Amino acid sequence: MTELELAGQVVELVRRLGGPAAQAEAVVTRADLALTRFANSGIHQNVSESTVGVRLRVHVDGRTAAGGGSVVTADGLSALVERTLTAARLCPPDQGWPGLTAPVPMPQAPPVDEATAQAEPDQRADRVGAFVAAAGGLSTAGYCRTAHRSSAFANSAGHSAYGRSVEAAMDGIARRDGADGVARRSADRLSDLDGAELGAQAAAKAQAAADPVELPPGHYEVVFEPAAVADLLQNLSFYGFNGKRYNERQSFAEPGAAQFDRAVTVVDDPLGGSGLPFDAEGTGRGALTLVEAGTTRAVAHDRRTAAEAGTESTGHAVAGGATWGPMPRNLRLSGAAAGPASAAGRSTTGAAAGAVVDADTAALVAGVRRGLLVTDLWYTRVLDPRSLVVTGLTRNGVWLIEDGTVVRAVRDLRFTESYPRALGPGAVLGLGARAVRQPDRVDGAWWAAPSLRLASWHFTGGASG
Amino acid sequence: MTEFDAATAAVQAALDAGARYADARVMHRRYESMTARNGDVEELTQDESIGLGVRALVGASWGFHAVPDLSDAAARDAGRRATRTAMASARVPGPPVDLVPVEAVTASWASGCQIDPLGVPLSDKGDLLVDATRTMAEHGADLAEGLYQIWDTAKWFVSSEGHRIDQRIRECGGGISATSIGDGETQRRSWPSYRGQYGTTGWELVESLDLAAHAAQIAEESRALLTAPQCPAGETDLILGGEQLALQIHESVGHAIELDRILGWEAAFAGTSWLDLAQLGSLRYGSELMNITIDPTIPGALGSFGFDDEGSPAVKRDAVRDGRWVGVLAGRDSAAMASLDYGGSVRADGWARLPMVRMTNVGLEPGPHTLEEIIAATDDGVLMDLNRSWSIDDKRLNFQFGCEVGWEIKKGRRGRMLRNPTYTGIGPLFWRSMDMLSGETVSWGTPNCGKGQPGQIGHTGHPAAPARFRNVRVGVSA
Repeated sequence: MTELELAGQVVELVRRLGGPAAQAEAVVTRADLALTRFANSGIHQNVSESTVGVRLRVHVDGRTAAGGGSVVTADGLSALVERTLTAARLCPPDQGWPGLTAPVPMPQAPPVDEATAQAEPDQRADRVGAFVAAAGGLSTAGYCRTAHRSSAFANSAGHSAYGRSVEAAMDGIARRDGADGVARRSADRLSDLDGAELGAQAAAKAQAAADPVELPPGHYEVVFEPAAVADLLQNLSFYGFNGKRYNERQSFAEPGAAQFDRAVTVVDDPLGGSGLPFDAEGTGRGALTLVEAGTTRAVAHDRRTAAEAGTESTGHAVAGGATWGPMPRNLRLSGAAAGPASAAGRSTTGAAAGAVVDADTAALVAGVRRGLLVTDLWYTRVLDPRSLVVTGLTRNGVWLIEDGTVVRAVRDLRFTESYPRALGPGAVLGLGARAVRQPDRVDGAWWAAPSLRLASWHFTGGASG
Repeated sequence: MTEFDAATAAVQAALDAGARYADARVMHRRYESMTARNGDVEELTQDESIGLGVRALVGASWGFHAVPDLSDAAARDAGRRATRTAMASARVPGPPVDLVPVEAVTASWASGCQIDPLGVPLSDKGDLLVDATRTMAEHGADLAEGLYQIWDTAKWFVSSEGHRIDQRIRECGGGISATSIGDGETQRRSWPSYRGQYGTTGWELVESLDLAAHAAQIAEESRALLTAPQCPAGETDLILGGEQLALQIHESVGHAIELDRILGWEAAFAGTSWLDLAQLGSLRYGSELMNITIDPTIPGALGSFGFDDEGSPAVKRDAVRDGRWVGVLAGRDSAAMASLDYGGSVRADGWARLPMVRMTNVGLEPGPHTLEEIIAATDDGVLMDLNRSWSIDDKRLNFQFGCEVGWEIKKGRRGRMLRNPTYTGIGPLFWRSMDMLSGETVSWGTPNCGKGQPGQIGHTGHPAAPARFRNVRVGVSA
C-alpha cells in the first residue's frame, strides 16, 4: 500500500469510528536513513533503518489529540485511530483549533536524485575512505549520511498531497595534536560530496590550528566561516522567527522594524533543496523572506499560530508544533554580490596557512585590522530568549587576524552575546558571495550561509576559564 | 511469532551472512505527553512504536539495521543487511574489536510502579496541568506552562552468545514553569525543575511533586525577578541547589567519564574528554567530599535498569572516590579496547538506534551537611538553583551555566533575590573547590540527554544535593 493510500485509510477510519463530524489529518512517511560514522580514521558505527511512521491529529466534539505509530497493519491503524479519538474526547475543549487545510494545489518540489535515495553502504564508506586518505595521516572522524523520505498527507477536508525528499551530508574533522579542522557539507546528491576535497580542507585547517595561543576575553571583530554562521541562523530561527514564541512575546522579532544590518537578508527556502512540498498540516511550503535588507519581514506560522496572530500559515507546521512552535529550518543568508577575491593569497601565510579555505573568507579577512577568524561554534545555549543572549564556545579552529593577515592559531574561547545585537544595524562589515549549505543534525534541515564579518563579538572567557 | 523469535531470527540471519557476533533488540514503546498553557491543554500526544534493531560484527567492523516489522522474513532481512553494512565498514577498518565477557543469561526485569501512569485517566492528568497553569496565570505569569511525559517500554534482547532477556521499564514525570515577560527580557521560575522531574516509577512520582501547591509561588517569583537586582559579576563563594548540581554532574562528570568519548569515538560531534586513561586510578578530579557513583540499581531513578542493551547486568561502580577518578561508563567493545573488564552502560534510544555508551545514574553520594548549615557557614556568596542554560566545551572542561534564580548570601543568611545568575569555570578546578556538601540527596532525572549520530535521546539519573564551591566566577553577561 502506498503512503497516500495509507494516509487516506487512516482518515477514512476516523470518519468511520469518529462520525462524519470528526476532523482528521494524517501524514504517513517511509524513510530510508543511513549514516556511516568514522573515528580514529576507521569506520566504527555504520547504521541504517527502513522505517514507516504514521502521524494523526483528530478534532472531535471541539477537542483535539494527536498520536503516532509504526504499525501500519489494518489492526495497527485501527488501534491508532481508536486511542487518538478516545484521547481527544477526554481532553478539554480546544478553543484555538484552526481547522483543516482546504484542498489546494501543491508547489512543485525539486526532483529526487534516485542514486542518493538508493545509496549503498559501500558508497558512503568509499567517501569516508577518501576523506581519511586526503587527511595525509592525521587522525580523522565524522560521518557520511544519506536520507530518503517518501511522505503523504491526507485530511478529512478532502486535501491530499505526496512528495519525496533526499539529502546527503558529510561532516568530518582532521586532528593534529589536539587541534581540529573541519569540513562540512549538505547536498541533494551524494555524488556532489567529494570526500577527498573535504578531507584535504579539514586537514589543512588542522595543520593551521597547531600551537594555539590563549587570548584574553573581550570584544573582538570577527570573521565567521559558514559553519559558525549556521549556528547564528539556527538560533535566530528557533527562538526568533518562530510564530509561537512571537505570539508569546518571547521573540525579538518585530516585523517592519530595521533590526538587522542592511547587508542581512534571510530567506527560508525549503524547496531550494530537495524537500517535501507540504508541511505537517498539508500547507504548501515555499520561500519566505524573514529579513529583507535588514528589516524583519515575517515570522514562520502554522495554522494555529497564524490564527492567533490574525494571519495565514506560512507552511511551517511540524509534529509537536503546538508545544514547540513552527520553525523555519532551511534558512539562507544571502551573500553579497561577488567581489574581488584577490586577497586570498596574502591572508594565509606562514604557520597559519590553510586556515582560510576559500576566496570569500580571504576577502573578508583582508579587511580586518585586528580580529579573529572563527570556523565553528559549539554548544550554544540561550540565556534569555527575548534578547537572544547566547553562550557557547568556538570550535574546530580560531585564528588571530592582524592587518588583514591570519597570523596564528588561538585557543578556543567562550562567548556570551546577543545574536540580534551582533547582527544589528551597522554591525555587519562584510558578507561573502557564496552561501555554503551546512547540514543540520537531522536530515531535511539545512543552513546556507556565506562567511560573515562582524564588528564585535563578546568573548567572555578563554579555554582556561 | 514472538518478540524473542523475531530477535533470534535476526541474529541467526546475521550469523549466517558472515557475522562473528550479533545481537538484536525488539522494543515496544508507548509514549504519552501532555502540555498545558495558561489554563488550557495545549497538546496531547500518544505514540506507539514497535520494531527491531540488529547489530552485527564482522572482523573488526560493526553494522546495524532496523525495521518496524517483526515478521520472520523482515527480521532475517534486517540481520543480513546489518552484516552487509558491517562488511562495508571494513573498507575503512578500525582497530581490532573484542568484547569483554558477560555471562549469557535468561532473565526478566521490571522497574517498580505503584500507579500505572498510562492507566491514570486523561481527564485527571489534564486537570492537574490545567489547574496548575491557571493558578500561575492568576498569580502574574505571562506564560504558565505544565507538562508530563510517560514512557512504557518493553524490550526483548537476544545475542549470539545466548542472552535472552526481557525487561519492562516504566518512566514518567512532569513539572510546571512560569515565565514573566518584561522589556527586552524574560524571567522564568519552575517546579521542581524546567520540564520536570522524572524517574523509573509510576504516576506516584508526579503526585508527590504536588504541582498545584507550588504554582502561585513560582509565578510570583518569576514576576519579582523582572525587577530584582542583577547578579553581580566577580568571584565569590557559590552554593548550588541540588537540581543545578545534578546537571553540573551530568555535564562535567557524566559525559567526561564516557569511555567512547575518552577513546575518541565521539570526537567529531559530542566531543572527547579531558580525561586520559593513563590517569585512571590516580587523577584528582575533585575535593575529598567528591564521591561519584555509577549506579543503575537505584530504585526509581531515571537511569535504572536490570540489564543494559548489551545484556550486561546492572552493577554499582565508583567513578570518583574521595576525589580521585577511578571508573568509567563503558560498553563491551570500548572496555576491551581500554583493557578494562566491565561494560554495563550501553543503551539505545529505541529499536531504530545503535546501542552506545550512555550515563545510567551518575551522582554524588551524600555529604555531611545540610543546606541551612552551608548557608549559615557562608559569609559572602550567592545561592543559585534550577537550571536555565548550560554550555560546556567538547572536552568537558570549560562550562557556563545560567540558573533561574539566585539569592544573595551575606553573613550566613539568605538575602535578596538576584536575576540572571550565571557561573563559569573549569571542571576539575571547580570540583576541587567543593568544601561543603549536603546529605539532602534527590535522584534528579534528565530525560533529554543528546548524543550520537544519528541523534539519540538518553534518560539519565543524577543523585545530587546542595553544595558549596569556593571562589567561583559569577555574573557573566553579554
